[in-house]
Amino acid sequence: MSLIDTLPASKGKLALIGAGALATWGLAYWVNEWLWSWVMYGVLRLDSANRVVETVHFFVYDFLKIMLLLAGIIFVITFLRSYMSVERTRALLGGKRSGVGNVLAASLGVITPFCSCSAVPAFIGFVAAGVPVGVTMSFLIASPLVNEIAIGLLLTLFGWQITLLYVVSGLAIAIVAGWVIGKFKPERWVEKFVFETKLHGEAIDPSRGLTIKQRVGIATGEVSAIIRKTWPYLVVGIGLGAIIHGWVPESFFASVAGKDNLFAVPIVVLLGVPLYSNAAGILPLVESLYGAGLPIGTLLAFMMSVVALSLPELILLKRVLKPQLLGIFVGVTAAGIILVGYLFNAIIP
Amino acid sequence: MATLDIKVLGPGCRNCVTLDTATRAAVAELGLDATIEKVEDYGQIASYNIMSTPGLVIDGTVVSSGRVPSASEIKDLLLAAQA
Repeated sequence: MSLIDTLPASKGKLALIGAGALATWGLAYWVNEWLWSWVMYGVLRLDSANRVVETVHFFVYDFLKIMLLLAGIIFVITFLRSYMSVERTRALLGGKRSGVGNVLAASLGVITPFCSCSAVPAFIGFVAAGVPVGVTMSFLIASPLVNEIAIGLLLTLFGWQITLLYVVSGLAIAIVAGWVIGKFKPERWVEKFVFETKLHGEAIDPSRGLTIKQRVGIATGEVSAIIRKTWPYLVVGIGLGAIIHGWVPESFFASVAGKDNLFAVPIVVLLGVPLYSNAAGILPLVESLYGAGLPIGTLLAFMMSVVALSLPELILLKRVLKPQLLGIFVGVTAAGIILVGYLFNAIIP
Repeated sequence: MATLDIKVLGPGCRNCVTLDTATRAAVAELGLDATIEKVEDYGQIASYNIMSTPGLVIDGTVVSSGRVPSASEIKDLLLAAQA
């Protein structure tokens, strides 16, 4: 039995449960601030000057903080996003030409709920309905690249300036890359069966006709699915962060991958391609490395590369795109991410 | 009682497997006479006008797409199709 079957149907009771959950969340977040100091230094009488003790303290505190933030952010975002769907996006994109279409597709890519496992049916659905290939690519690039969960985490961990730069530059990459792809007459590099696919029947719009209870069920399901999928990344990311925090001198990273090293940005972008994680899994590591003195442009370029260029998605897309088009997609997107990395490094002190 | 023709559309992502399992469980629990087929071919999936997987098709009609309906919802959909 799934969780949603255990929820009450009445709106009043649902609101009560929601308020209870919010209070518990707030309390846990607040308690986490001092609980570990109290347990480790007060109850267990551990030496707070000891580096191992301090590293463990940093890890448990940060792990719980990120878990709580993630759960809260994913719940709110998934609930709101359940009012949007790829089907609705396609209807909005119908008849849009390159240019305006790219801007609209990239923006919709940010707010539309989308799993890269659906990249192929979505691609076919767009193209078979007459949306240009370049416009479709703007959607497919923006969707993982500018991620609302990443926006929420960046806001709480880095502040609004960096978040805004992330959103604007991510959108710019998706818009320009899709537009450039459109200039290559990419239709010739799409597998023939895509154009021959006949769409039968009315599309079902999954965002319509759901009750609040069903939307809450979708949101809680997403929270548990993402946490189950990303917790190992969080353990590694925050663990590395704790170790760096306690043991690696700040000058170390600045000396290997500081702003003076012009190769740092392209190298991290290359490193990011075989690595695959969503933004939620990679951001805690980014936060730790930022704390250790790595420049933000290099780190954001790394994150963008991990989320936007992934081997599994490329392998999926190979079913519908010929190698030439895949190559242009990877090349243009990677070039955009590298540029953004340099730009951030140049303008953020 | 006619045999229900059920298709689960999905290339093998986590949700697609969940939906397949849930549908089989619901059919067994209701004791329905049904054939269940998992469709993994992208061309076929797209031809049902589905853009987000997984999809559930009963007797040629898409009844759900882009999410895994709850166990009770699946049973309702099955019973509605059978009536």
